[in-house]
Amino acid sequence: MAPAQQPPLLTMSGITKSFPGVRALDGVDLDVAPGEVHCLLGQNGAGKSTLIKVLAGAHQPDAGHITWNGETVRLRTPSAAVRLGIATIYQELDLVEGLSVAENVHLGHEPSTAGFVKGRAARTATAALLARLGHPEIDPARHLRELSAAQRQIVSMARALSHDVRLIVMDEPSAALDPDEVANLFRIVADLTADGVAVVYISHRLEEIRRIGDRVTVLKDGRAVARGLPATTPTRDVVALMTGRDLPYVFPDRPAHPPTTAPVLQVQGLTRQGEFEDIDLELRPGEIVGLAGLVGSGRSEILETVYGARRPTAGRVLVDGRPLRPGSVPAAVRAGLGLAPEERKAQGLLLLESVTSNVSVSTLARFSRGGWLDRTAERQAARAATRTLSLRPDRPEAPVRTLSGGNQQKAVLARWLLRGCRVLLLDEPTRGVDVGARAELYAVIRRLADEGLAVLLVSSEVPEVLGLADRVLVLREGRVVHTAPARDLDEHRVLDLVMEGSPTA
Amino acid sequence: MTLTTPAKAPAEESRWRALGVRADVRNLSLLGVLAVLVTVGGLTRPAEFLATSNLQLVLTQASVIGVVTVGMTFVITSGGIDLSVGAIVALASVWATTLATQEFGFAGILFTAVIVGVGCGLVNGVLIAYGGMVPFIATLAMLASARGLALQITDGRTQIVTVDAVLDLGVPDAYVLGIPPLVLVFAAVTAAGWLLLNRTTFGRRTVAVGGNPEAARLAGIDVRRQRLLLYVLSGLCCGIAAFLLIVLAGSGQNTNGNLYELDAIAAAIIGGTLLSGGRGTIVGSVLGVLVFTTITNIFALNNLQSDVQQIAKGAIIVAAVLVQRRSARDGDS
Repeated sequence: MAPAQQPPLLTMSGITKSFPGVRALDGVDLDVAPGEVHCLLGQNGAGKSTLIKVLAGAHQPDAGHITWNGETVRLRTPSAAVRLGIATIYQELDLVEGLSVAENVHLGHEPSTAGFVKGRAARTATAALLARLGHPEIDPARHLRELSAAQRQIVSMARALSHDVRLIVMDEPSAALDPDEVANLFRIVADLTADGVAVVYISHRLEEIRRIGDRVTVLKDGRAVARGLPATTPTRDVVALMTGRDLPYVFPDRPAHPPTTAPVLQVQGLTRQGEFEDIDLELRPGEIVGLAGLVGSGRSEILETVYGARRPTAGRVLVDGRPLRPGSVPAAVRAGLGLAPEERKAQGLLLLESVTSNVSVSTLARFSRGGWLDRTAERQAARAATRTLSLRPDRPEAPVRTLSGGNQQKAVLARWLLRGCRVLLLDEPTRGVDVGARAELYAVIRRLADEGLAVLLVSSEVPEVLGLADRVLVLREGRVVHTAPARDLDEHRVLDLVMEGSPTA
Repeated sequence: MTLTTPAKAPAEESRWRALGVRADVRNLSLLGVLAVLVTVGGLTRPAEFLATSNLQLVLTQASVIGVVTVGMTFVITSGGIDLSVGAIVALASVWATTLATQEFGFAGILFTAVIVGVGCGLVNGVLIAYGGMVPFIATLAMLASARGLALQITDGRTQIVTVDAVLDLGVPDAYVLGIPPLVLVFAAVTAAGWLLLNRTTFGRRTVAVGGNPEAARLAGIDVRRQRLLLYVLSGLCCGIAAFLLIVLAGSGQNTNGNLYELDAIAAAIIGGTLLSGGRGTIVGSVLGVLVFTTITNIFALNNLQSDVQQIAKGAIIVAAVLVQRRSARDGDS
């Protein structure tokens, strides 16, 4: 394609960015020419988000440099990036609910005279932008909260265009859109590139990339494993690039014979409007079942609904054949369910409290006589549970926030171990856990299953699901598209299923 | 849901000391402030300030607001706020001193004060825990209505108490080893509050709900029930405080408890309870109450006007919160 021959508008070279315990980007190169659509591909955690945040000035790279129009630049703040003409449309839309469309579009650069906002000018300019985007029907004076998800996407794009923009970064812009809205999105992208605007486009949908992309860069484990491939590269090759791994995970052995006992957990026709539909699954003691799917496929929502933290619109959950009261966490906990939530710090831990308090929080009644806590018994029981999982440091009074990610996760597991739970729901159990500690966590999870626990595992890392689970349910857009024993699946197959929806093998 | 990036790795924080230790340091600094105040009082008004009768007065004055502050400490620790405490004290004190109630004597007055307090707390709790109202708004509404109802009951008149058994609690003859009975009640409420917060499942759940409501819910704690009980507890404390006030004043008035909500919140905050919830200290709250009461006393003895007192109080609140922020930052580094 022609654009690639032009001198690049943007060149990022050797971009490196570390967070405590993780190297998110490791010497990534990316160049984008004017009028080009450059697609970024990679699995969850490959580093795409970090890379575009560096480009938006939201993260400062540890090493590497960025050239813009041939000049070396440093993007110290988001507004520095905006001044150069780089606009970013995030996947999590960063719009203000309480403001009008026009106010959102001009947020931070309101047309004004002596500090007074010129509302009419803002509305006129917004109307022109919306018309250019093919959505003249959106009234600039309307409040954002009255708009649909797709309309908000348009507003977000209008905001990007309200600046004098030379490069637009779009992070999964089609995720919230219907097919005909996606067609409109593509028309907008084509208009922009015809004007010489460059686009960095992130999507999981390979067919989209083939339709609008010029070149593709594939990220894996923080490195660019392929740069500037033509967008016509076959799916199979792209998937192979995304999945080839340097880091072999060590997974514990599976039991020779799958358990044949009666299921402890049954999920029948579970549905939550707009999130997932008609989920059936059975879980036996000693078994690990994995849910694989992309972000937004309904994985976490399913776990939380089984656990009673969300109320299903249809279907039911049975424990030992008895239906569970829907939408009640205490009922689920009494029946023997335990959840290790996705956002460990926000949903799982009492960060100001000690390890003991965090472990005993679901079992307080056992250590109380008439409400009176027997703190010695509490500490001893919590310590016994954390020792079973070799949680370190072995100090029950240590504040839980001083622990590493892996040990924090063990504290959450110890909570349910102490409770004597029978079904463990694990949502991204190794998120924020470094590679070395993962193998240990995998061994712990398998041992708990061997001891008779039933485990339902959600992970956005496909190898983790395939390596740890006995059986795997593959999800796409809230539906189960495939169920198979883990040993009959491989990473390519699963990625094909979640991205294309049908087996291409 | 968010994109999975490795960016969420936990920060290693090795140099961390047990929170309890730091809370104790803060209590020590409040004790230091109190010691300075006592010294100032002793130097400026040696004869009056250190007189037994004055110390008895200071502690008695601290008792009413102190009991309210113990309840407030629980509510704030749970991440809530109760703006209605002063109004509940007023309503309970007038309801318990109507002519009809006084017919039933000592028990009638005590019972009514406590029941009115608990009832108001129950309404607050139901609105907040089950009605989904923001604590600020629900208790603001209770503040307005309870004050209004108190005015309606009294028609603006002071209701003199004629029950001797109640009045007798306030006279020096009733002092136990020189300690006024009201102060003994305050001490008992403080001890009970400390035990409840630090040694019971109720206290542990309060801290959990305040520290991370979502984690508490997903751990299986009935967060709504806990919130309901916390506002009932605050109401109960208001009822007890109302009874103490009746004994102290020998009457019930609809203007009682004016701005108690601000005094109680301020005392809890300078004591070290986090306004955002998740950490609370009864000892700190009580020290906070004593600091404020002692300042008021010293200013009164030195014939300084209440405007100067208010300014001093404001300065102390700012200073205490700045110290807290610093110690929180040190803890985080």
